[in-house]
Order: sequence, then C-alpha cells, then structure tokens
Amino acid sequence: MTVRLMQGDEACAEGAIAAGCRFFAGYPITPATEIAEVLARRLPQVGGRFIQMEDEIASLAAVIGASVGGAKAMTATSGPGFSLMQENLGYAAMTEIPCVVVDVQRLGPSTGRPTSPSQGDVMQARWGTHGDHPVIALSPSSVRESFDLTVRAFNFAERYRTPVIILMDELIGHMRECIELPEPGRLEVVDRQETRVPPEWYKPFENFPEGSNVNVPALVAFGEGYRYHITGLHHDELGYPTDRPEEIQPWLDRIFRKIERSLSDILLYESEGIEDADTLVIAYGATARSALHAVERARERGRRVGFLKLQTIWPFPEEVIVYASSRLHHVVVPEVNRGQLVLEVERVVGRHKVTRVNRADGEMIRPNEIVAAIEELEGAA
Amino acid sequence: MKQQSESRVHQSYLRHSKKFPNVWCAGCGIGIVLGAIIRAVDGLGLDKNDVAMISGIGCTGRMPVYVDFNTMHTTHGRAIAFATGLKMVKPRMKVIVVMGDGDALAIGGNHFIHAARRNIGLTSIVVNNSTYGMTGGQHSPTTPSGVNTATTPYGHIEQQFPIAELAVTAGASFVARSTVYHIRELEKYIAQAIAKEGFSLVEALSYCHTTLGRINRWGTAADMMRRLKEQSVTIKQAEGMDADEREGRIVRGIFADRDIVEYTQLYDRIIAQAQGEGA
Repeated sequence: MTVRLMQGDEACAEGAIAAGCRFFAGYPITPATEIAEVLARRLPQVGGRFIQMEDEIASLAAVIGASVGGAKAMTATSGPGFSLMQENLGYAAMTEIPCVVVDVQRLGPSTGRPTSPSQGDVMQARWGTHGDHPVIALSPSSVRESFDLTVRAFNFAERYRTPVIILMDELIGHMRECIELPEPGRLEVVDRQETRVPPEWYKPFENFPEGSNVNVPALVAFGEGYRYHITGLHHDELGYPTDRPEEIQPWLDRIFRKIERSLSDILLYESEGIEDADTLVIAYGATARSALHAVERARERGRRVGFLKLQTIWPFPEEVIVYASSRLHHVVVPEVNRGQLVLEVERVVGRHKVTRVNRADGEMIRPNEIVAAIEELEGAA
Repeated sequence: MKQQSESRVHQSYLRHSKKFPNVWCAGCGIGIVLGAIIRAVDGLGLDKNDVAMISGIGCTGRMPVYVDFNTMHTTHGRAIAFATGLKMVKPRMKVIVVMGDGDALAIGGNHFIHAARRNIGLTSIVVNNSTYGMTGGQHSPTTPSGVNTATTPYGHIEQQFPIAELAVTAGASFVARSTVYHIRELEKYIAQAIAKEGFSLVEALSYCHTTLGRINRWGTAADMMRRLKEQSVTIKQAEGMDADEREGRIVRGIFADRDIVEYTQLYDRIIAQAQGEGA
C-alpha cells in the first residue's frame, strides 16, 4: 500500500494506468492539462502511447481510432473542449467503441473562468451530442474517488462497449489529498471481451434477442483477422449502412437495453442517515463535500437529515432516489450551476418537495449555505 | 486478357456480402480511384488483415464500405485523426485514409496539415473533384475562382487550395498528384505512397459531372475527363512553361519523396527511453 499526496487530475491519470489505459490523446486546457502531462510521462513507461493532437475534436477521434486498434484509450478536457468533442462522442455511442472522456468542469459558458469550479456540464454530458443514445457519466468528489471512478469508467466502457464520461470539476481536479493507492492486483479490471466465433460468423453489431442475457457483442480489434466495417451511419449487424427501420429499431433497443439491464452494476452512490430522515440532501462531485459538512452540522442541531452522494449521475439513479425519498418531506439539491441534475430529482420526487441551492459565480457552495436552506424548510424537525 | 485479370483482382477485394450497387453516379471518378487503390495494394502483396481504410464524410467517404479491409467510415473531416489513433497502437498496419477535397481541406484541413507535419505513417488519398458532390455542388476549398456553384450563384471569389503543394510545405514524406484519366500513373503513385513509411499524400484530380459540371455546363463525364487529360502537364512540362501558359494547368508528378523517420517509429524510441529510465 503506497500513500501519496496527489491532485485529483493526477489520481485520474494513475487510475487510467491502473485500469489498463495504454493510449491518451488530448489538447492542453485548464483545469485538465495535468492529466495529459502525467500521462505523457507515465504511458511510455508502461509501453503505452501518448499524443498531443491539434484540437479536442482530433483528440477524441484518435482515442476512438486507438480503441478500434485494441487499446484502452482516454482523453481529458474541460468545458470548451468537451463541447468540441460532442460529435465524436456521438460517433463512439453509435459505433459502440469503448473510450473514456474526462471533463474537468470549469465555469462557463464559453471561456468562462478557467480556474473556477463548476458543475455546468451535467446536461451537456447527457444531451450534448445529437440523437438518442444512452450515456454513462461518473462524478468523483475526492482525489481517491477520482482514481477509483476512473478505473470504474474503463471497466464500464469495456463491459458495455460505450463511451464513459468522467465529470470531474476544477476543485477536485486541482485539489491535493493524501491517498492510499490500492495494490494493482486488488483492483477489478475488466478487459475487452473476446469473440468465440470465427471471422466468417462474426457480427460486430449483433442484436441479440430481447430476452437474451447478452446485450454487448464482442469488439475485435482491427488487424486481428476479422475484417469488418464501422460507420456512424445506422448499420446492420455486420456494420453495413442501412435505412431499414426493421434493422435500426433492434439496434436502438439494444444499445439502451445494454445499459438499462445493468443498472445494479452501473449505479454507484453512497448514503448516510437516510433511515430516520425527513429531509434528504442529494449531491455529487465537489459539492458533495460541502453537503456532507452541512448534513453533519444540521444533525448536530437535531435535524433529521439524510445524505445521498451520487457517483453515477448518468444514467440518473431514479430507483435509488425513489426508494430513498419515499418517506421524506424535503429534498435539498445543491449544485454549482443554475440547476441541472435537480431537474431529474424534481421529475422523480415532485417539484413541491425539492429545494435548490445553486451558485454559478465561480465560488463553491459553502456548507452554511446548505444548512441555511435546510433550516428554512417548513415543518423540518 | 489484362482487363479480365484486373477485374478478377478487383472482385477479390470487394465485399460480396455488402449490398451493391454503390452510391456513386454513373461516370464518377471515385470508382477509378478505388480500382487504383485495390491494384496498388494487390501489387504490393499486402495482407488484407493488415490494411485499414478510413474515410470521413462525402461521396469519397463511402469508399471503404465496399472493400474487404478493416474499414471505418468516420465523422466529417476527422478521418485522419481517427487513423492517427489506430496507427499509434497498430504501427504495423497500413492505414489508408480516403477523403474528398471538402472533407480533407475544409472541415479537416487542420488535421491534414498536422498529420503531414507529424509525419505519421498514413497514406492519404484525396479525390479532388473541386466541389461538395453529395450535397449538390457547393464550392469547396479547391473550386477554381470564377466558376458558379450552388452557393456561389454569382461566381466564386475565393482562391484554390493547392493540396499537393500544401502537403509538401507541411512536411509530408511523399506527395504526388495525378488524375483519374491517368490511371496507370495514379496506381503507381498510390503504390509508392502506401509503401512509404512516413505521411504520404496522393491527390487524384477528378470531376463531378452531376453537380458542378451541370451547373457550369461542362458536359458529360467523358467531356470532363477529357478536360483533365488536356489540362494536365507533367512537372517537367510545367517547368518549361511561363506563368501564362501554366495558368489553369494541372501539374502531375511526384512533388516530394524524402526520408524522414516516421512518427510511430520515433515514438518507439520514446518508449524505450522511458522504460530505460524506469528500470
């Protein structure tokens, strides 16, 4: 067990290496640059490859190309670059190419404030690319979680053949904490599924029947004797373009099914004190740190407040929130934006129960702001 | 006889499980370029498993789906960037990137010059028909000044990008230009480009008789191909011409053939260095 003082960005880079990432393409941008810098040094040490591309569009394109070549691959950026990546993010979803995209969020819109924390890209992560597609997005709230969730992100990407987004924020990216790194052998690392069929039987986009336990066809790397086609056009099971609704629909159903059938694996969260609570605070990312302080303080003052920290924010953990909030009078959702994930909370528990705590001025939400919101609640014990 | 055996070669590289016919208009030059690529690969004796063909969007972007390689049809302008990632992790593969002029030089122009500068071992083949054919004849970065296009109804007022010269300046290892009329020459250049370790470019001048040709009343596909024949001169012929004579000519030939260590080979040295330090 090694103990190291490191930044969230650095922990993300080390998590990637531990998860088996062997390719990174990126473009410098605050506050994500440190991830690229660490990987430029670390990747060749483990036989991997790093490249600084000409922009973020090219970065994600190269990552997808490398993944098609068989490497676990990642890029890291911040809001402006994440906007540029949206088209290729859709391409990865459409072609079911595993990859990890880190967005260390900074205050936007546009250039905004590069060194100020934000959670303003939550909806962009979900809906930024055009068309219907499932998304997995994870949000770490500490340096250690930055390491752990990066490993999980690679595992999800490989297991479900999908792009996975890590929505970090500037505060976690740049914060230093002393963390214990797990021993390499003790990590669960998911490698790419191998096909059991010969090339002539291989269907890279096989739509298994609806009742099937398998929803993810194996992805064979280019250059391994299985010559096939990949396209961003709607395609049949062999990867050839199609405009037939009877071929498009089963594919669309399957790419949603592969995520929806695995929510128990994908939805990550931690809860505290929700058994006796009448008020629940739901938070994610750096805001979860302020929220936890606030919950502890409110409980010291005799309030029955529970805490739910979401590590998976997409797919939105609807069932978890329904379960946790069924007996509650109030749900408080602090976010460093004008209210994004709260829209989902309101949809699930009803607007009348939800109190928003928002800031989008470049400063973090402080615990006392959340405590004040809790104390203002009518009927809170 | 030769024609028959060439046809057999083509057949052996086309995907029979794919739904033919192709998307191209009758008389299009893109199929001629595809034939030249197939014959070049065949002539080099490459294993199909080691060849990838990657494209962006547009008429030329539809080329890879028909051939029995590892094929990828990517997003508009980004084919070179996708190919860069693949080449980085599978350096032994021959990665051929096929693009149109709009794909390679407008939306993808930045990737094009930086791949050349990096000298990464991709073979880029630009089918230059000087327009956006798939969307109906809008002006592209290689449309000549003065002509009418769907988006320049009063005449085009911009200059042309000289693709081959741009690639030379940007640092490519091998650069050549030919036309879809000069098919033997084109095939030879493509073979040389694929054999080259560093970044290579072959510009294949073509035409679009169904959009730009129709708008400007340039006649049939055969008429436009005849223009390619009549307008083009070799580098040597061009050297003997004054500026007025050279105006509007297509200069064919090899513009660069230089030995620069290829990018992934340089990166192998980085790995050796990093691992040496770690040991």
